[in-house]
Amino acid sequence: MATGTGAPADTFPKLLIRNADLYGARPAMRHKDLGIWQTWTWAEVLELTRAYAVGLSRLGIRRGETVAIVGGNRPRIYWSMTAVQMLGAVPVPVYADAVADELAFVLTHAETRFAVVEDQEQVDKIMSVMERLPRLEQMVYDERRGLRDYDHSRLHPIDDIVTEGRKALADPKVGAWLDAGIAAGKGSDPSIILYTSGTTGASKGVVLTGEGLINASSDTVAFDKLTENDVVLAYLPPAWAGDHYLNYCQGLVAGFCMACPENADTAMADLREIGPSFYFAPPRTLELLLTRVMIRMEDAGYLKRKLFHYFIGIARKYGERILNGQPVPLSGRLLYGLGNILVYGPLKNVLGFSRVRVAYTAGEAIGPDLFAFYRSIGLNLKQLYAQTEAGIYITAQPDGEIYADTVGPACPNVVIRIAENGEVQFKSPGMFAGYFKDAERTAETMTPDGYVKTGDAGFFDEKTGHLKIIDRSKDVGKLNDGTLFPPKYIENKLKFYPNIREAVAYGDKRDFVAVMLNIDLTAVGSWAERNNVVYGSYQELAGHPLVYDMIEKHIAEVNRSLAQDKVMAGAQIKRFLILHKELDADDGELTRTQKVRRGFIADRYDPLVKALYDGSKEADIATEVTFEDGRKGTIAARVKIRDMQTEPVPAAMGKAA
Amino acid sequence: MRAPSGTGPEVAVGDVLLSVENVSLSFGGVNAVSDVSFDIRKGEIRAIIGPNGAGKTSMLNIINGFYHPQQGRITFKGKTRAKMRPHDAAYGGIARTFQNVALFRGMTALDNIMTGRTLKMHTNFFWQLLRFGPAMAEEVEHRRRVEEIIDFLKIQEIRRIPVGRLPYGLQKRVELGRALAMEPDLLLLDEPMAGMNLEEKEDMSRFILDVNDHYGTTIALIEHDMGVVMDLSDRVVVLDHGIKIADGTPDAIKADQGVIDAYLGVAH
Repeated sequence: MATGTGAPADTFPKLLIRNADLYGARPAMRHKDLGIWQTWTWAEVLELTRAYAVGLSRLGIRRGETVAIVGGNRPRIYWSMTAVQMLGAVPVPVYADAVADELAFVLTHAETRFAVVEDQEQVDKIMSVMERLPRLEQMVYDERRGLRDYDHSRLHPIDDIVTEGRKALADPKVGAWLDAGIAAGKGSDPSIILYTSGTTGASKGVVLTGEGLINASSDTVAFDKLTENDVVLAYLPPAWAGDHYLNYCQGLVAGFCMACPENADTAMADLREIGPSFYFAPPRTLELLLTRVMIRMEDAGYLKRKLFHYFIGIARKYGERILNGQPVPLSGRLLYGLGNILVYGPLKNVLGFSRVRVAYTAGEAIGPDLFAFYRSIGLNLKQLYAQTEAGIYITAQPDGEIYADTVGPACPNVVIRIAENGEVQFKSPGMFAGYFKDAERTAETMTPDGYVKTGDAGFFDEKTGHLKIIDRSKDVGKLNDGTLFPPKYIENKLKFYPNIREAVAYGDKRDFVAVMLNIDLTAVGSWAERNNVVYGSYQELAGHPLVYDMIEKHIAEVNRSLAQDKVMAGAQIKRFLILHKELDADDGELTRTQKVRRGFIADRYDPLVKALYDGSKEADIATEVTFEDGRKGTIAARVKIRDMQTEPVPAAMGKAA
Repeated sequence: MRAPSGTGPEVAVGDVLLSVENVSLSFGGVNAVSDVSFDIRKGEIRAIIGPNGAGKTSMLNIINGFYHPQQGRITFKGKTRAKMRPHDAAYGGIARTFQNVALFRGMTALDNIMTGRTLKMHTNFFWQLLRFGPAMAEEVEHRRRVEEIIDFLKIQEIRRIPVGRLPYGLQKRVELGRALAMEPDLLLLDEPMAGMNLEEKEDMSRFILDVNDHYGTTIALIEHDMGVVMDLSDRVVVLDHGIKIADGTPDAIKADQGVIDAYLGVAH
């Protein structure tokens, strides 16, 4: 990393000035507007944000106060952050899809007098909760459309603010005032407040400092060798710590170009046009992409299909080894090279991955097959483990040390330890300064010796030295013999099989682990078609002995893989059943984000859970279901339960810590 | 939105844009429309409603020049006419959408909307074949206008997708886009929300209001969803069996006994 003249920049506005100096004519931001990619250079962005900042200051924004920023991935939303930071104020980004209630909570809690919003939708949302926001004085908006007839005494278009700022800057004294303000900004000042989505209780405002974020970014930028020549597509919400860190912070530190998609739905097409070199996607997005490719391949002609499957086979055999720099026979290399010309190259091009040097996935466990697929076609996909409270990165996989089931070793300058109860704790350069206005919860999250509790349980893998995250630590239970029981870890391993849609694992304070499963109707249905299995309903297919046989094989594999980890070996699955109905959010069995509600399901299917543990071979169950149109009905069934063989457990039982 | 808004035509609602006087149309012995008179004022959203077979689409087709009434006069922008061909109407500034989507299914959304610009193209066919010089410059300008419409209707993500592969609600939106591309003075919408789900209806209502507000386009629409009609329109004309039975503001129409009878099917 080249550093500018003088003291190293410790705030983002200072970095912007440095970038305009170093990379003035290079692109800093791109945005597709009216079908054409518009580009702003670092020098242009600096000029624009300076004018914007001056305009905002005339509106009354003062040092130290908070400013809400509500919107999606648009250049002006990001520039709003910088402009606010230039004034020494603290941007508080809010998710564009937050409902009015959440908006009201964040704006009240953060005590904002000003809000920058994207469009009419956001203005309407804020107006609808106005009586709860007595502090809010002025709103600034990006998109004019539909706002013409609104009362403009408290509502201003960003363009006008910038124009006004430009006019004011004609006076050199104003420019000097602004520069002095930027120079007066300290690295230890709050740089941004990111509200966490808050799965438990009200959301918390995580305060991050400029210095912390910049130090952490400098480390990760060096780690992944990011330079001003890189390009990213910012398509995940700017209010999310991942986008803020990966694109905004790293972008300013490394000086690379951030591209904003035309709108939220065009991200995939824009990805292809921009061809980013650094890419992040949650596992779900990667899965969606792969499914789309596979569906399109099924529709392709015979020759293309054959070609595709043959070379994907080659890629699975050699691709990952080539990417990892491991020895591969010459014939393999040649075949892979041919495959690259015929299949992998074009495929990556369609997906927009042609130029990706570094790609990350995180957020949840990724299926080993899915992970291997992308790596095998030559995408350098890696995993990281991150938390808003950490600035973001805690661990990341270095090139050449990639495993589907680990999240990598600690990042540079990050210290990790595993607590007594299996919880992962860390200290990092980007570590948060505390929760906004919530000393109590800040104290709860910190250990007395200054580590941050992640709330995740994990352990260091012996073979690789990488961290493995197994579950939220409050969900991790113990079997009666003391073996660690992480339900989600086991469920995820099961769900990686396409035939298994959902899994619910039980074992906390029990003698052994037992699971209830949902089969995937599409996958198992197509298997049934190929194997002449006749069935009339989901219930019938779920109870079919051959389906049980197939699922039994999957579970046996999961048990084998669990047995390989000393810590997990005792948590092998001893009994399972396949539920007679699909778990459904309408019945309250899943959350709206499709997560299983283990406790609720245990109550609802109590006879089944009892039967899993009393040794019976089958059990009767009747459950009330809600149909799509709101009517209710009852489904009754007799569900079979099977016993599983378990793998021998290695000598030392995996007692937690 | 950019350019057209601020500089757009400030429309004073009030001047009569189109008036229909004593128009009658029959097919053989069937009277589709009998002696109907009403007017459409500049800048308003005018709804034509009525039970099935009331003659609504016939009325639209008359305005559009597709049908020629046997009796009566139509005055559009101060010019009175008895007969007009649809292309005259199009040149004159009347655009429409259809009850059943009438797009080129094999063409992309973008190309479909571009066809709406055809009437505005001035370079001749051969220049356009060459796609060079003035034809290119003109195409760039038209494309810019089309992109504004795409942005306005928020259909960027389907720009390159053949219309036949789109869901119905989006096809309707593309059709609206094509009509808008003509920059019409009068936009006729034949059941813009038929077959849509609630969310699509809300979106479409939003777009209709935005078009009216933003481009100052006068809109005449036929619609069956009463809730939508009453919320959207400034004035409503009600037809039943080809006869005008009421004309007025939505509130007046709601209270009109004749309308209630017509909808509940009281014997005539």
